Amino acid sequence: MSVGKVSDANFESEVLKATGPVVVDFWAEWCGPCRMIAPALDEIAGAMGDKVKIVKLNVDENPQTASKYGVMSIPTLMIFKDGQMASRQVGAAPKQKLQQWITTAV
Amino acid sequence: MAAPTHAKVIIIGSGPAGYTAAIYAARAMLEPILIQGIQPGGQLTITTDVENYPGFAEAIQGPWLMQQMEAQASHVGTRIVTDHVNAVDLGRRPFRLICESGDVYLADSLVLATGAQARWLGIPSEETFKGFGVSACATCDGFFYRGKSVVVVGGGNSAVEEALFLTNFATSVTVIHRRDGFRAERILQDRLFKHPKIKVIWDSAVEEIRGGNDPTRVTHVRIRNLKTGGLSDIATDGVFIAIGHAPSTELVAGQIAIKPSGYIKVAPHSTATSVPGVFAAGDVADEIYRQAVTAAGMGCMAALEAEKFLAQHETERAAAE
Repeated sequence: MSVGKVSDANFESEVLKATGPVVVDFWAEWCGPCRMIAPALDEIAGAMGDKVKIVKLNVDENPQTASKYGVMSIPTLMIFKDGQMASRQVGAAPKQKLQQWITTAV
Repeated sequence: MAAPTHAKVIIIGSGPAGYTAAIYAARAMLEPILIQGIQPGGQLTITTDVENYPGFAEAIQGPWLMQQMEAQASHVGTRIVTDHVNAVDLGRRPFRLICESGDVYLADSLVLATGAQARWLGIPSEETFKGFGVSACATCDGFFYRGKSVVVVGGGNSAVEEALFLTNFATSVTVIHRRDGFRAERILQDRLFKHPKIKVIWDSAVEEIRGGNDPTRVTHVRIRNLKTGGLSDIATDGVFIAIGHAPSTELVAGQIAIKPSGYIKVAPHSTATSVPGVFAAGDVADEIYRQAVTAAGMGCMAALEAEKFLAQHETERAAAE
């Protein structure tokens, strides 16, 4: 599965009401470290297939969700399970570490 | 597993040192491979205006400069690999590199241009609020402080640049510095002192970052005046740490001589390390200047020295046969 996009408008249906775990990548165009981890997330999404859904949320265009979850640094990654935030990872990390974090949390 | 890839020169790192080494090595027909690492483009990708890199009369953007360097390195024949080196064996030549993808490389010579990473204060409360008001990247996180007040800790170029950048968002910026003067360039200091939104607290160190946990957020910092010992609290929504950078030497620790300061030891006026065939350039080896332009200069030196090393090695081998 590839990395999809979510917005303030569909966050509830796409993330909170999703069946199965969802990883949300809070990012913005102007954030260097966000661009750094994007290829790693693409690869992880490809490799993990149906086991996890990975989506991106642009904080510039969707300030409500970012603010609701208290995002003050990007990249911030969160894993949601059954509508609840289950784990949070702040800052860029190598692919292996991200993979490990996702595998452990889902 | 695929067979190892062999190269005459492998460059680890993709800042100004790495790309300049690549440009020179490629033009010497050494067919270099450059492995970018976790932060392609290096520290300049998280800066904005670059005003001291010669050749550009108007301010340029750090990320743009790095794209140009990458394109130049690529055009002249460098193979650029998006991967991260996890382990190296400098015990014998060719040097062996293992990447995160599992790919293995063999290098007749190596340029270490792994750069440096932002230093943190190292106090427990910093860890508690990292991502909730504590940051080491103003260009990444300044956006979240629109209409809020922030503190910047530090006194070098990065601290002053970050403070100036944060005035685009924050209503007030307080710089807290351990000493009674900045190390930053004078032109930047002048801009900072003239800025109506910025004030400076001298001779003070952050003891603790405090805040609430529902939601997790920073409310103030407790600082100590280092001359009087007096404690005080400064109300703030965010704390930006800009106290300098530490050289990234984990990859070669224990295999190469490192100075007590933590930087890779190189011969005087050279980039040669304690291991023949391994050269170090840029912020990983330069504890004095640490500029983009000096890093680029060292990258050039490393490539020329690698070329000379390879030629000598070739001559010795031919003589032995």
